Amino acid sequence: MEYKFGEPNLVAIGCFVAVVILTLIITFLVARKQKQSASNYYTAGGGITGFQNGLALAGDYMSAASFLGISGLVALKGYDGMIYAVGWLVGWPALMFLIAEPLRNLGKYSFADVVAYRLNQGPIRTASAIGGLLVLLCYTIAQMVGSGKLIELMFGIPYIWAEIIVGAVMLLYVLYGGMLATTWVQIIKACLLLFGVTILTLLVLAKFNFNPGNLYGAVQETYGVEMLNPGGLVKGPVEALSLGLALMLGLLGLPHILMRFFTVPNAKEARKSVVYATTFIGYFYLIIPIVGFGAAVLVGKSAIMKIGSGGNMAAPMLSQLLGGTPFLGFIAAVAFATILAVVAGLTLAASAALGNDLYVSTFKKGNVTESEKLKAARMSTVIYGVAAVALGIAFQKQNVAFLVALAFSIAASANFPSLFLSIVWKKLSTTGVVMSILFGGLSAAILIVLSPTVWVTILGNSAAIFPYKFPTIISLPLAFIGAWIGSVLVPDKAAQEKYEQVKIRTYLGVGISDASDH
Amino acid sequence: MSENYQKVLNSERFKKLIKKRWTFSFFMLAVLFVVYYGYIFMIALNKDFVTKKVGVYTNVGIIMGVGVILAAWILTYVYVLWANNVYDKEVEEIKKEL
Repeated sequence: MEYKFGEPNLVAIGCFVAVVILTLIITFLVARKQKQSASNYYTAGGGITGFQNGLALAGDYMSAASFLGISGLVALKGYDGMIYAVGWLVGWPALMFLIAEPLRNLGKYSFADVVAYRLNQGPIRTASAIGGLLVLLCYTIAQMVGSGKLIELMFGIPYIWAEIIVGAVMLLYVLYGGMLATTWVQIIKACLLLFGVTILTLLVLAKFNFNPGNLYGAVQETYGVEMLNPGGLVKGPVEALSLGLALMLGLLGLPHILMRFFTVPNAKEARKSVVYATTFIGYFYLIIPIVGFGAAVLVGKSAIMKIGSGGNMAAPMLSQLLGGTPFLGFIAAVAFATILAVVAGLTLAASAALGNDLYVSTFKKGNVTESEKLKAARMSTVIYGVAAVALGIAFQKQNVAFLVALAFSIAASANFPSLFLSIVWKKLSTTGVVMSILFGGLSAAILIVLSPTVWVTILGNSAAIFPYKFPTIISLPLAFIGAWIGSVLVPDKAAQEKYEQVKIRTYLGVGISDASDH
Repeated sequence: MSENYQKVLNSERFKKLIKKRWTFSFFMLAVLFVVYYGYIFMIALNKDFVTKKVGVYTNVGIIMGVGVILAAWILTYVYVLWANNVYDKEVEEIKKEL
């Protein structure tokens, strides 16, 4: 059949406009009642329930890359795509066991609050904010470039306009409604995405008598048994270990995910949000391989490759085949909403790092009025939003696949160790944190440049200097070593005493209300 | 910092609670590592087992992938059950002393 991409599709545009209008109305309704303050802007006043936050976390995490990317990967590479789907989920239990509750009890606007709590505010906030911003920038550029190409392909809008539309609509939500509006956008997007992928899965399974075994049978008969067996993705134990560490612990250092824990009132709701998030995301990754295998059999690999060699169009093509142009329009609008929501979450986290950690707390040393705080939040949102659009346009022709690997690697090696150690290690000192972030962040960035993804694929060298795609196996231990050396060389007695006192707050949750009030 | 705070901080009960919390967390993390890395290493090192058929077309690898996703969810849920029923009760008791 003929696939209609790259020409304006009335249903798609109609669905997209409906989604934007719906979210804007909800944004307007919920934000109208809210008092205008920095606390409300960054954390929705801490009044989000565990269920709502669980959906919003799922919305933040399930990007267009996981929807279109993983279904495409399964469609083209078979079982190897499924290994990815599994890997993206396992960070969530780790997040729950290690940091969800103490994070909620200690933080206010961003994870830098937790790290800086008992240490020297200036250097810690600066280092954490830079580590956080690096992760956010890599993630944002990957999202912007992916979304621009996607929208260009699906709606036939020129790339630059696609970037500007995403940036402008996203800024509208964030500036007007802050965290509360962003949360609702995430919730609506998560529901739409889960609904759309469920329908797509049911349509596929209906073709195979609702028996996945029949689907695998069709895959095997069309492409041979190799498609159902693991191929070359996991090459050896070291590569596997490094990839697993990056995926698992990277989640624990993503600023926009961590920030969501300050929107719930207490540790109990924080816990609940992780269970709900894990439920929704787990369900999503359970059914997405069925969409991928379905596309391989029903649409066919060669037809998918014709539209794009990465396989990103597998799910949209399948939706047109099974549900006609109206369903394709719906799926396209869902993908667009997905991008909007993820970029909104990233921008809000970046504005907390820029506006609160760098400007208000470090540059102004906290000597600002409430209205100045809010102004700083809005200004940094605009600055980051414009930068996101500009970078999206600048990187248009670049291969940005490595940026997600870089974001997760820096998150796992720079943000996670300092955050985790500040919670559990009494002797951690200011110098220790700065050295940990420097060691982890720099080694992760350098090793990624020397890895096959950049050194061979982008720079065109014949062999990589560092043989593994993910640097975590080296950079994560380096971050811990850095923290240890720094803390032993320049200990901080006051911080050690404060650590004992903070325990009441960390473990009993006493005294957190005064944090979200001012 | 009130006197009661200091008393709670130094109490055996509070110290025990913290120890219990991290023992449980690290135990759960260890289970997660075993489950996930067991899966990944099986794929990397024991292809014969992973490609063995269960039924006509489905293979061990597919079942294992689904199993790891379910296990991740179950581990998360078990942690919450523990936290709600064991940890929080203890927290409420200790809070009374503040």
